[in-house]
Amino acid sequence: MSTSVTTQGPTPTGSGLEAPSRIARIQARLDSVAGSAFIMPAVLVVLLLSIFPLIVSLYVSLTRLQFVKGGFQLTFVGLDNYAKLVVGIDKDHFLGVFSNPAPIGWLLFGLVVVWLAVWLARFVRGPNFSIGGLVSRLFSGLVISAGAWLIARTLSPEGRPGTVVVTLIYVFTGLVVQYVLGLCLAVLCVQQIPGRRFFRVVFLLPMMITPVGVAYLFRMLADTSKGPFYPVWDMLGLSNTSWATNAWSARAAVMIGDIWQWTPFMFIVLLAALESQSVEAIEAAVVDGANRWQIFWAITLPGILPVSSTLILIRMIEAFKIMDLPNILTNGGPGTATESLTLHAYTIWRTLDIGGSAAVAYMLLFIVTFVGVSYANEIRRRLSEA
Amino acid sequence: MKLWRQKQSIFTPSPVGLITTYLVLGVWAFVVLFPLYWIVITSFKVPIDVDGGPFYVPFVDFKPSLHAWQYILIGDLQNDTFRPYRNTVVVSLISSTLALFLGSTAAYALTRFKYHPRVGTILMFIGCVVLSIIAVTLGAPWQVAVAVSIVLFLILLQTVARRFKRALANHDIAFWMISQRMLPPVAVVIPIYILFQRLGMLDTWPALIIAYVGANLPIVIWLMRDYFQSIPIELEECAAIDGASRYRTFWSIVLPLSLPGLVATFLFVLVFTWNEYLLALFLTNANAQTMPLTVAAQNATRGPQWWYMSVLILIMIVPVIGMAIALERYIARGMLIGAIKG
Repeated sequence: MSTSVTTQGPTPTGSGLEAPSRIARIQARLDSVAGSAFIMPAVLVVLLLSIFPLIVSLYVSLTRLQFVKGGFQLTFVGLDNYAKLVVGIDKDHFLGVFSNPAPIGWLLFGLVVVWLAVWLARFVRGPNFSIGGLVSRLFSGLVISAGAWLIARTLSPEGRPGTVVVTLIYVFTGLVVQYVLGLCLAVLCVQQIPGRRFFRVVFLLPMMITPVGVAYLFRMLADTSKGPFYPVWDMLGLSNTSWATNAWSARAAVMIGDIWQWTPFMFIVLLAALESQSVEAIEAAVVDGANRWQIFWAITLPGILPVSSTLILIRMIEAFKIMDLPNILTNGGPGTATESLTLHAYTIWRTLDIGGSAAVAYMLLFIVTFVGVSYANEIRRRLSEA
Repeated sequence: MKLWRQKQSIFTPSPVGLITTYLVLGVWAFVVLFPLYWIVITSFKVPIDVDGGPFYVPFVDFKPSLHAWQYILIGDLQNDTFRPYRNTVVVSLISSTLALFLGSTAAYALTRFKYHPRVGTILMFIGCVVLSIIAVTLGAPWQVAVAVSIVLFLILLQTVARRFKRALANHDIAFWMISQRMLPPVAVVIPIYILFQRLGMLDTWPALIIAYVGANLPIVIWLMRDYFQSIPIELEECAAIDGASRYRTFWSIVLPLSLPGLVATFLFVLVFTWNEYLLALFLTNANAQTMPLTVAAQNATRGPQWWYMSVLILIMIVPVIGMAIALERYIARGMLIGAIKG
């Protein structure tokens, strides 16, 4: 890649002015390529391991694997794999079973549409209007309302959410709960109390266990007849029923495992952010007679917003890839009720439909990219306005 | 600037506040520790005590037994435990170190140099990669395809690509790097499998190490970039005036200054590689198998062998906890600087 490099800050000296010795010349030459030398290894590794697989995956998602004599071949089938997911035989699995939304579904969908319309109207009448901006906002608006429509129709009483909606439920519930929990714990741990170091190390532990191990651990804990909570189930008269046969309780089990494992990540970063906040503003507020609650909302929370936004973005990217927990805890069941998109791709892959699996993975990539980029843009805009 | 951790005077919690605090922290500590306690006691149970219902307290509810520990550590499985453990240690240490080194040089470059990669060049590059992949799938030998597309790329670079004036900037490169984490692993694992299969490197350490370096570079770059930005540039200018080369400056001034960030990033990357499952599942077989696979393999035909699994999880987590305790101060500080500017 040809990159033109301009240096900023320190410039190499010793070349040109005095008669350069051989060593100085070599050093100057080396320094002049420093810009490339520093970044090229990383770029090459990422190119090799990301761009190449990405293109190959895209190609694979447009093909179908066939076994022929002495091996296999990939037959080009165009967009068939994607069509199968969106309108074909895998639609129930991927998008879900549609039905007429309940009144609350209609209401929510209506609210989303109204909110989008207001947002667009504001942009059109606002000072930053441009055609490109309008096109991109129209596009996002369409995608968001399509998503809301999908959620409203598949979460209705007769409908059944597909893997897309289930993944979105995992990601957003997990993010909200983990963030709130992590923030509460961090706010408490930042106080000067005896034993805080103990709590900090203990709270980090779940993150250190391999996700596969966490999944098996929760399978052990969630067993209603042999697990440690047997007395509780027994008291409720539920010891012979299984949470795994009900779609929502199975999803709840998956989400509890996810929350248990990843709250520590939120906790440690927020704790660090709180610890480095300046206390002068807080002292001033105390002098002015503000109570703790006011201080939290007016000073502490705005202070950690930039950190929070990065944290949520990183965690969101990772949360979309959830797979071990549903795979081991519920095996995706009952039916496909707890399957995430990654697990969906994996189950298809196990049936050797590599093209279909790559198509699911690409759909997931589109969703993550859309959500991630919209989120990042929105945050950047908010932060620059504030 | 005064910091939270230095202040004692305001907000020394009232007795009621203190009790509430300990109550909440205690509840969460219980939530965290109880599952771990369950793993520990399960590792000392004989199968009948696991399958027969919940037993909570060793020596009271059930008689602890070392059978699982014996089986994993000194029994038949010794070879099957030792090898994956060694693989995990070697692969995660080497790949985390490499990722840290490559990532921090790139992060340093992104904060101290300005790059202007041309859009045209990038498009040409992607085009040539696509062309060579198509050529290979149509049956051309891959050496020829790669050679031809490199030549084509260089020719196009000298002629057509110069006409594109539009260029990207550093933050575009950084976003491109982090966007690599957005790819779901299942999307890239098949091509990576094919790649290493063609190179004859399946089931070896280098294959896993290369894959993990690629997977973790974006995190390292993203965390270290903000860290380097916080280091004052004056020191480097002084070094340059004294005649130090840029490499020397980086090695003996910038790296030592950013030690906390390096340590924290290293620990995060190490935990990720230590526990990684999917790539290892595809890329290894018997020889280079890592511990997460061994844990999962305890789910045998007779159902999950909880006792063995618990032992394995415990011996896996101990070294990481040790490092976490030793480096706990660094984690908090290092993470913060990585995250604060985002």
